[in-house]
Amino acid sequence: MEQVTSIVQIKGIRDGLLATFSDAAWEDQHLALITTINEKPAFFQGARLAIDVGNQVLKVNDLVELRDQLSERNVALWAVISESPTTEQTSQLLGLATRISKPRPEEQRQFTDTISSEDTALFIYKTIRSGTRIEYPGNVVIVGDVNPGAEVIAEGNVVVWGRVRGVIHAGVKGNRNAFICALDLSANQLRIADEVSAMLKPQKDPQPEIATINEEGKLQAELWNIG
Amino acid sequence: MTAQVITVTSGKGGVGKTTAVANLATALAMDGKRVVCIDGDIGLRNLDVVMGLENRIVYDIVDVIEGRCKLKQAMIRDKKYPELYMIPAAQTRDKNAVSPSDMVRICNDLKPDSDFVIIDSPAGIERGFRNAIAAADRVLVVTNPEVSAVRDADRVVGILEAEEKGNPSLILNRLNPTLVRNNDMLSAEDVLDLLGIQLIGIVPEDENVIIGSNKGAPVVTDAKSRAGQAFRNISKRLQGQDVPFMDLDSQSGLWSAIQRITGRK
Repeated sequence: MEQVTSIVQIKGIRDGLLATFSDAAWEDQHLALITTINEKPAFFQGARLAIDVGNQVLKVNDLVELRDQLSERNVALWAVISESPTTEQTSQLLGLATRISKPRPEEQRQFTDTISSEDTALFIYKTIRSGTRIEYPGNVVIVGDVNPGAEVIAEGNVVVWGRVRGVIHAGVKGNRNAFICALDLSANQLRIADEVSAMLKPQKDPQPEIATINEEGKLQAELWNIG
Repeated sequence: MTAQVITVTSGKGGVGKTTAVANLATALAMDGKRVVCIDGDIGLRNLDVVMGLENRIVYDIVDVIEGRCKLKQAMIRDKKYPELYMIPAAQTRDKNAVSPSDMVRICNDLKPDSDFVIIDSPAGIERGFRNAIAAADRVLVVTNPEVSAVRDADRVVGILEAEEKGNPSLILNRLNPTLVRNNDMLSAEDVLDLLGIQLIGIVPEDENVIIGSNKGAPVVTDAKSRAGQAFRNISKRLQGQDVPFMDLDSQSGLWSAIQRITGRK
C-alpha cells in the first residue's frame, strides 16, 4: 500500500479526481492506479478522473486500455494532462481534455511583431474530423481537411493543405500578426487573436486564401497572390 | 472457420442502423451464411421488432453476461432462415450492465460456429457505442444525406481512427435521387467528399423499408424493392464479391465520381 501510493497520488480537485503519476514505468503506474481503485471501489464509484502523466509518451493503445479498464470500474477518464505533445495529441484524438481548470503556472507570453525563426510547427498528416480539438502553443500545419465540428486552436499561424470547414483560431494568446491560410477557406468561423470573422461563403471554384487582420483591424480573407 | 465481427454504427440516431443490421443479416443468411446479430442497444432494444422475433425472447444478452443462461439459450432462431440468429438486448437494464470485455468474450464464443456476427450499435458515442465497437473486425458507418447525420458520422469515423479500428466503410441510407437532382439534398459525392472513407453501398429511399420493419420482415426479402436490392448488393460486397453500384438514375457523373473516390484509397 505504501509503495502504491508513492507511485500514483490521487487528490480531489474541483472537477473530480486528479491522479498524478510519477516517472516510473507506465505499466507499473497503470497497475498501481487500477489496484488503488480495486481497493476502494466505493470511493471511486462514478468518479470523473483526470490523470497527470508528466513527460510520459503514451500511445493510443495505452490510453484506450486504461480508459476501458476504468470504465469497467465505473470511473470516467475525462482528461489527460501531459507535457509531451505526442501524448497531448493522442489524448485529443481520443476526445479527452488536455487542460483542467487548474491555472497552469505558465505566464502569458508576449509576442514580438514578427514570428521568430526559432518557432516550430506541429504537423498533422490527416483530416481533422468533427469533435476533434487540436490545441498547440505554436504554429500548426495540417495536411488534410478540417471538417465541420472540428477546432484548431494555435498560438501561432495555421496552414491547412486542404479544405477548412470547421473553426480555426490562430494567435489565440493575442498575436494579431498571426495568419490562417488554406487551399479552400470556406470555414464556419475564423478567429485571429480576438477578431472573429463573419461566415465565409463556400466557393464554387475554391482558390487558396489567406486570412489576416488588416490595417483597419478587421479580420479579412483574400486570395493568395502567387508572385 | 471463424466469423467476421461487423459493427454497424452511426453516431446520430434514426439513420437506419437497426434496419441495416436486420437487412444485411437476412441477406447474408439468404446466401447460406451462418449469421448471428446482436442488439447492442441495451435499454432501447428494437432489432427484435424489426426482425419480427419479439415474442420469442426468453433470455437476453445481460442474462448471458450475468450467467443466468447459456449463450445458446439467448440466441433466437429466425422464422425463415435456420442459420440466422439474433441475441436481443435487455429492455429493463442500461448500458452499464455490459462492458467492452463482455462483448469481446461473447463474440469470441460465437466466432467458431458462424460466418458473420453483426452488432447493432446504439446511437451516440458513449458506453454503448464503446461496447459495440470493442469486438469489431470491421465497422460500417450508416449515415443519411443530411448535414447533421454526416457530421455525427464524421465524429464517429474520427473516434474509430483514433482507436485504430481499421478503415470503416460507409452506407449512405435513404438517398432520394429526385431531391438530389433538384439540389435539395446532399449528393453521395458531397458526403464522400467530406468523410473520405470507402463507400460500401447507397440505399435509396423506399417506403417498403418502413412497411417491412413494421411487419417484421426485412425489405431484402422483397425481390422487387430497390432498397432491398441495395442491401443485397452490400451483403455481397461484405462477402468479398465485386458488385457494381446500382444506377439510381440520378445526376450524371455521380458514378464516375464514386468510383474515383472509392478507387482513391
